[in-house]
Amino acid sequence: MKREVFAQRRGVFFVIAWLVALFAVGCGKGEGGGGAPKASGGGGGERANIRIAVVTHGQASDTFWSVVKNGVDRAAKDMGVTVTYNAPQTFDMVAMSRLIDAEVAKKPDGLVVSVPDPRALAKSLEAARSAGIPLITINSGGDAGKEMGALIHVGQAEYDAGKGGGERMAKAGAKSAICVNHEIGNASQDERCRGFTDAMEKAGGKARVLAVNATDLTDAQGKIGAALTEDVDAVFTLGPLGSRAALGALKAAGKLGKIQLGTFDLSPDVLAAVRDGQMAFAIDQQQYLQGYLPIVMLTQYKLYGVMPAGGALPTGPAFVTKDNAAAVIGWTKEGLR
Amino acid sequence: MSAAKKFLDRPELGVAAAVVAAWLFFAFYAGDSGFLSSRGTATYLEIASELGILAAPVALLMIAGEFDLSIGSTMAACGMTIALCCDKLGWPIWGGIAAAAVLALAVGFFNGFVVTKTRLPSFIVTLGSLFILAGGTIGMTRLITGRTQIGGLEEAGGFGAAETIFAGHVGPISASVVWWIGITALAAWVLLHTRSGNWIFGVGGAPDSARRVGIPVARVKISLFMMTSLAACLVATFQVVKFTGADVLRGTGKELEAILAAVLGGTLLTGGRGSVLGAACGALLFGMVQQGIVFAGVDSDWYKVFLGAMLLLAVLLNSSVQTRMAEARR
Repeated sequence: MKREVFAQRRGVFFVIAWLVALFAVGCGKGEGGGGAPKASGGGGGERANIRIAVVTHGQASDTFWSVVKNGVDRAAKDMGVTVTYNAPQTFDMVAMSRLIDAEVAKKPDGLVVSVPDPRALAKSLEAARSAGIPLITINSGGDAGKEMGALIHVGQAEYDAGKGGGERMAKAGAKSAICVNHEIGNASQDERCRGFTDAMEKAGGKARVLAVNATDLTDAQGKIGAALTEDVDAVFTLGPLGSRAALGALKAAGKLGKIQLGTFDLSPDVLAAVRDGQMAFAIDQQQYLQGYLPIVMLTQYKLYGVMPAGGALPTGPAFVTKDNAAAVIGWTKEGLR
Repeated sequence: MSAAKKFLDRPELGVAAAVVAAWLFFAFYAGDSGFLSSRGTATYLEIASELGILAAPVALLMIAGEFDLSIGSTMAACGMTIALCCDKLGWPIWGGIAAAAVLALAVGFFNGFVVTKTRLPSFIVTLGSLFILAGGTIGMTRLITGRTQIGGLEEAGGFGAAETIFAGHVGPISASVVWWIGITALAAWVLLHTRSGNWIFGVGGAPDSARRVGIPVARVKISLFMMTSLAACLVATFQVVKFTGADVLRGTGKELEAILAAVLGGTLLTGGRGSVLGAACGALLFGMVQQGIVFAGVDSDWYKVFLGAMLLLAVLLNSSVQTRMAEARR
């Protein structure tokens, strides 16, 4: 009986310890947020009260989105404003819409969202509009954002970027290509593959879409390997997760450098492959700016009511090839490109 | 005295205490950021309601000693079925929903039939269905449409009525909350006040004796599998109607969340004991913690750490309250 009571006391102690730890972490965060504006100098007090919420669909494990988040964090520090960044743990529009709902309920001074599935997010964005929260869309969903009253879209035109990739590959002699889609359900990714396929077909070649699971690299690599039949002479991936799997698959099949490989978006291993000639090109949409610029713009909008005109601010596509890969590598190591 | 004793005997008490503790924590820590507002409350109630609708039949199934891991991909398959029927065949939305319900019942029957016939662990059987359904949904959708998401269902016939019933609002509260309360009440009544309820406890607690005293074990289990699938279909319908479309990945991971809600609510992983009201509280706790973290402004890099820590904390509090109550009764 005595031992039982002791065990119980320990349980309660444990619970209290957890609570204390949670509060401590929470308070530490609060102080950090308050401390940032002091570093930014004059006008800090006014700016520290500006709260901007960012909600994206980027999976936490994707190197692409960690660069966007670095842009967001850097801008928050530079501007001296308070920014929260949220993304669902997997590509999940329902979860994402609920993150937006929660942020809207917090009534921030500005909202930054990526819109991969406009219909699924329509109701949540509508709620943001009716609450009068200034909205900027980034990365995907520019057209839909305009309908939802977004002030500006910061990103690249996906169909055209995919088409650009297809034209480049066809020009280099590709006849039969695979477009590897690692984010099924994302309309922007569908657009990229569509643009790519159209460009290939226009040049007299053909292309097919291969769906893979981005969170399981082994599985994705196996699927790509299985799709590398005799006639395939080009592989086009839609991001670092897909290209890493494709590089692995090509290496395993002994076809590295023999099959044209192109990808969207940069990562250290993509750039090394481009530098070493294992990969023909990488399409850079400079996503650091997609994180950085909206924070700057919303801060200025809140302070002085100014916003760039034109409705869209393209951050890409830019092509990274063997010529300029070495220069870009340094920045990717810092998570800035 | 006996009424008080009965109250202390309830298995939901621990998780209910955890719900109150979580609410107080977020009210104190994130109350000024909108957690306490009606809009904030509505966002976590909505998550809780969808999870709760899954958790009620899942708790019954777990009490009967089985798992259903396939409900996540059943959601994706049902959502896509509705979308395809409306978008490609031009059916009214109700036709699509009916087709999806038939599919769900068939999946549930298949799961139950295989589990009871082969005596294989349901964990493995339904894991198989999980993969088959997930892959099948992607395959069929890409085969028919070449895309992975379908939208534009608001043009389907009868959509207005469906929207009121599945995605409408009572004040700031979404319709799914009303469904949740109704389904929880129904499942709790079945478990505690009907012969079927006794059978469920018997099948999970002492399967051999249950069989000997003539309880139709296979029928009970198959019906429960069909109910979990049907609940998945209902939640898929909510999401399809609310988001006017479907994509092939909806519902991923919901099977584990539903099991978690049931376990938080005091249902044993080994079967034979559990509570429907507890599962409802478990779902409420999960929804509250999930959204509360966002209101608290925790950096998303650490989101899962906090989610895990809060849930662990809830389980500890739950079991400590239960031990205390058990002692008080003595």
